[in-house]
Amino acid sequence: MPYTSDKPETAPSSAELRARIPGWGADLDPNDRPAFPRERYDPAASGAHSDFPDRQPETWPRERSIEHEQLPAVFGTSAPPKGLSGILRRHAYARYSEARAAHWLILLGADRVDAWESHLRSFATLHPDNPVTQTGVLSEFTRRGYSSRVGRGRVDLRHVWMDPIIVAGPWVAAGVAAFAAARALTKRYGAS
Amino acid sequence: MRAMVYRGPYKVAVREKPPPLLEHPNDAIVRVSLAAICGSDLHLYHGMMPDTRVGMTFGHEFIGVVDEVGPSVQNLQPGDRVMVPFNIYCGSCYFCARGLYSNCHNVNPNATAVGGIYGYSHTCGGYDGGQAELVRVPFADVGPSRIPDWLEDEDALLMTDALSTGYFGAQLGDIVEGDTVVVFGSGPVGLFAAKSAWLMGAGRVVVVDHLEYRLEKARAFAQAETYNFAEYDDIVVHLKQVTGGLGFDVAIDAVGAEADGNFLQHVTAAKLKLQGGSPVALNWAIDSVRKGGTISVMGAYGPMFSAVKFGDAFNKGLTLRMNQCPVKRQWPRLLEHIRNGYLKPNDVVTHRIPLEHIAEGYHMFSAKLDDCIKPLIVPTAG
Repeated sequence: MPYTSDKPETAPSSAELRARIPGWGADLDPNDRPAFPRERYDPAASGAHSDFPDRQPETWPRERSIEHEQLPAVFGTSAPPKGLSGILRRHAYARYSEARAAHWLILLGADRVDAWESHLRSFATLHPDNPVTQTGVLSEFTRRGYSSRVGRGRVDLRHVWMDPIIVAGPWVAAGVAAFAAARALTKRYGAS
Repeated sequence: MRAMVYRGPYKVAVREKPPPLLEHPNDAIVRVSLAAICGSDLHLYHGMMPDTRVGMTFGHEFIGVVDEVGPSVQNLQPGDRVMVPFNIYCGSCYFCARGLYSNCHNVNPNATAVGGIYGYSHTCGGYDGGQAELVRVPFADVGPSRIPDWLEDEDALLMTDALSTGYFGAQLGDIVEGDTVVVFGSGPVGLFAAKSAWLMGAGRVVVVDHLEYRLEKARAFAQAETYNFAEYDDIVVHLKQVTGGLGFDVAIDAVGAEADGNFLQHVTAAKLKLQGGSPVALNWAIDSVRKGGTISVMGAYGPMFSAVKFGDAFNKGLTLRMNQCPVKRQWPRLLEHIRNGYLKPNDVVTHRIPLEHIAEGYHMFSAKLDDCIKPLIVPTAG
């Protein structure tokens, strides 16, 4: 008990552990640990050619944190901002620092808008979004969906019912709203 | 080329994309031979990470063969078999010069708080990842390394993140001989952290999770003592009891943003996105480590605020250590450990999935079906 100065003896001896566990104590000396010390000044160790890298050409006005004093030399070009989500993202980067909750909340909101824009856009292409194939939900049948969950004491079963609502709920709500709007319009103008 | 593309929360597809281009003189294009889905990819998949854009290709764990190099590349040539650390880094900024490769300041316009990571949202730089046939690899003379001939592909792949991160997590615990170590989470990073704790001389290694099949793996792979937190009314009390009331010397959080075990924390973070992450494992670490102890955080969290029990950490005088792993720093020593037989990384691999079936792979991994621990993606198996 920690009410006295001795450490409670709960661990086997080092000799026993060394005999039982391959490699036990191989990194006992902190100097053998590559992350020690945390900072080691050695600019030559990385293989970099110069003190500042060549600059990657900026092919569109690259959004950047206002905490950066300049555009970093290299950056990703995976998905340039576009549409309403792009406007929101550019605003989040231009107006708010990383220290502000507004920065992250706008970006998260833009992600949801982006998903909706992209789903709608996909319906005008040869590859419309398919919630069955894209959610991979068929693996429930091929990867033991039922027996992987039931009777195994998993605590995530308490909230897993929310997932279909999160995925399909907005679509169902939008469908209901569209149906209600169409019905209201039909009633209003169809009767006259 | 064929590539995984994100289509919104819980939805991914495989599409034809234009092949990546050399956008910088020190870029390389790598033809991916093997990739993996990481537990932290699930944070993107679930829509938790801000600025995750539809159309992006995920994947920060991959190996492959160099297909093309930029004009300033000196250390690699087409045909080289390479492993690529998940960090993108320049090697020359203030942070890289000090070995903090995961904190590079020259590769991420979108944020100063995080470096560049392949396929990990625009918050981490906006780079496409390796769950594809081809991938752009910036700073080819700095990040990638040729894979030694004796090293198997799957072991090399796991060095690009999971193994290095677990090993790094154990190091951040500053373990001394005989220390008691508790690891929260028995996914690949937790398993590797538990295994690595022995290398550093731990006297006792405990792993906590609620997935029995993973705890079984922790017992077999990492020789760890395990506890299923679902079986205890209060896991923290139990962890105190098994250490004679003292608490553990070192606690490692290998769960991160989607930790379970507290309904309110999980739902507000993982479902409603109102926190940067669900800090259940981190709070358990704070409460179960001894006063004056050390906590190492390897689980990934988003940039927003989280409801962490900071007062307990303060009052207990804890040392909290954390970072994205600077992967390449770990490699020379890890190669020695693999060669000596102390580590066999691919023992944690449970599934190998063709790229064309990646949506099923994500769902299986996310829903923890089929006793999945580590799914690999094979781009050419389609």
